[in-house]
Amino acid sequence: MHAPKRSPYSGKRVQLMATCLCDAFYDSTALATVEVLEYLGMEVEFPEGQTCCGQPAFNGGDWPSSRKVVRHTLEAFAGDLPIIVPSGSCAAMMFHGAPLAFEKEGDRDAVVALGNRTWELGDFIVNGLGVRSWPGYFDSTVAYHRSCHTRGTGTPEAVATLLRSISGLRLVELGEAEQCCGFGGTFSVTFPHISAAMGELKLDHVGLAMPDVLVSADMSCLMHLGGIAHRDGVPLKAIHFAELLMQALARLA
Amino acid sequence: MKTQPIDAFAEGMTAEMRAAVHEGSKIGHEKRTKLLFDHYANPNRLRQLAGEIKQHVVENLDTYLPALESRLVANGVRVHWASTAESACEAVHGILKARGARRLVKAKTMVSEEIELEKYLSDRGIESLETDLGEFIVQLDHDRPSHIIKPIMHKNRRQIADLFERHGLGPYDDEPAVITQRARQFLRHKYLEADACVTGANFMVAETGRMVIVTNEGNSRFCLAGTPCHIALVGIEKIVPADRDLGLFLNLLARSGTAQQLTVYNEFILGPRGAGQPDGPEEVHVVFVDNGRSDVLASECRDILRCIRCGACLNVCPVYRQASGHAYRGPYSGPVGAVLSPLMLGERFAEKADLPKASSLCGACNEVCPVDIPIPDLLLRLRDKAFALGIRSPGTPPMGAWAVLASHPVAWRAAMAGGAILNYLPTKLVPVRALRAWESSRDLPEWRGGAFRSWFKRHAKAPASGPNDHG
Repeated sequence: MHAPKRSPYSGKRVQLMATCLCDAFYDSTALATVEVLEYLGMEVEFPEGQTCCGQPAFNGGDWPSSRKVVRHTLEAFAGDLPIIVPSGSCAAMMFHGAPLAFEKEGDRDAVVALGNRTWELGDFIVNGLGVRSWPGYFDSTVAYHRSCHTRGTGTPEAVATLLRSISGLRLVELGEAEQCCGFGGTFSVTFPHISAAMGELKLDHVGLAMPDVLVSADMSCLMHLGGIAHRDGVPLKAIHFAELLMQALARLA
Repeated sequence: MKTQPIDAFAEGMTAEMRAAVHEGSKIGHEKRTKLLFDHYANPNRLRQLAGEIKQHVVENLDTYLPALESRLVANGVRVHWASTAESACEAVHGILKARGARRLVKAKTMVSEEIELEKYLSDRGIESLETDLGEFIVQLDHDRPSHIIKPIMHKNRRQIADLFERHGLGPYDDEPAVITQRARQFLRHKYLEADACVTGANFMVAETGRMVIVTNEGNSRFCLAGTPCHIALVGIEKIVPADRDLGLFLNLLARSGTAQQLTVYNEFILGPRGAGQPDGPEEVHVVFVDNGRSDVLASECRDILRCIRCGACLNVCPVYRQASGHAYRGPYSGPVGAVLSPLMLGERFAEKADLPKASSLCGACNEVCPVDIPIPDLLLRLRDKAFALGIRSPGTPPMGAWAVLASHPVAWRAAMAGGAILNYLPTKLVPVRALRAWESSRDLPEWRGGAFRSWFKRHAKAPASGPNDHG
């Protein structure tokens, strides 16, 4: 994974990339992201023209379609402000995937620059803003699913740092933590059997660890795991860590 | 519903086989990780260094290969070049014919699987016997290896005990020690009866012409000690520049492959038996096999030629664990096989263009690779290549319409609002394949398209209203 090395951010304004998944299903995650950033003193802009990062077509092999969407994203996020996204996967698409898809394109430099200012939310809070502890209270057992596209980035350590700092919160490890949940974008529908079997395995480990809440930096993993659990009739409380951060603040009040 | 071959294979696997593959690969991965991180402060730096060395070799094969050849010749080794599987088999057959050899013992070599040497030779009246325990079991059962270093990962010991009983190797006993002992008794005198041996090679040192073969059972040593003629089948990418590199590579190979500090038997071969040496083959041949590797070298995925065949990427791969090596329809399976197999087919790439799709792109393979091959990137490049060639695999949703939507914000927002219909439709009736595949095992969450945008508009108008402002 090519994760950009960058210096801390001392400005106030940021752009929010809400992700297509939050646009369609998880407004609560996008909303919590805005509130977390505002709590940290950021002014959040939401470029109205944004749609999707372009990853579905990139992973599906249709790079021309993916480039079309990335070029649109480039236009939608004009300027040089940091772009904050509550998804390790979309962030990785911006700084790792898109430059790969643009290797032979004339506008690659612009795409690389776009990636260099795109941060996954947890990575931005800890490594961009230098915040290392979260002042809330959360009297629960929490498991953190390390979503695959955050491998090799600052995100896993950053999110774990924030979670560990929350008063009352007990962080438990999942077995076979390096194993993918089975979502994988188009993989979930092109390999439905294997994808579901991977999800069941992950849920078995969640069952063994018995957390009150499962969190992740990616709603896509949680949509897949939540969808299987719902189908199986197994209760699962799975939320984005940004929502947990806001709930922790609320419980402090 | 037409599905991907690998998904269909996984679905059809017996519970017994799935359990064997899952257990074998999981244990292999966990032991490997513990050992690497117990012994080295920064194993990732070692992986990167080894990757840089192998990448350098891959990009300079045109000078390393002739340099190695002249060292080998100077050392008394006879060198053969085979561009195809058939010509590799012919080369081996030619050597055997010249010596009148009828019986062959084989140590484990993936290249021989690749070129289907056993069949070629048996069609010509030459018997070849596998001496690696796993490969011996595969041969006895007319099966195929399902893992590059643990060929029988898909079998459990009860099945092996049954097999031995059927073949008259002793009454049913599934104790691993007994199984090993019986195979050893059967094999031991075969080495002495054989006229020649075939092995692979793990590393070829360009500087000295040294050939390195590692095994855990010592069968390679018996092959070399017991037969007068040694034929090594070697992929052209097997080179390391100098003897000093072996420390790094042998450490990484053993730890990554079998979670050992060092493989038990390490043969360092410079050439045929010299004057005054008590044993060893009097004739040593190296057959350099291309068989599609030049096509890989010419592609944008040449990094895959760094591979030292440790199997760590298979062990950690969640798809491999569900599907087994047999799902990949060839000797190389798992993440490395998904890149290598279609590329080695050259112009027949399309026959295995589905393999690179069999990945959630989770990146675990890259994380464990001892030569740091960016396997997910290579899988993505091959998906792009397949698409550009017009190959459409079953179940992949068409992206053209989506791309149009996702580059027109007004249309996008309308679609976000319109998607709410999914909350009211019985999704079984929606004729969209991707949706039905999703719904085969998962429920969709409630569609709330555009809800965040509305909230943000209200929020932006009243920025001070705080957390009570949730729409």
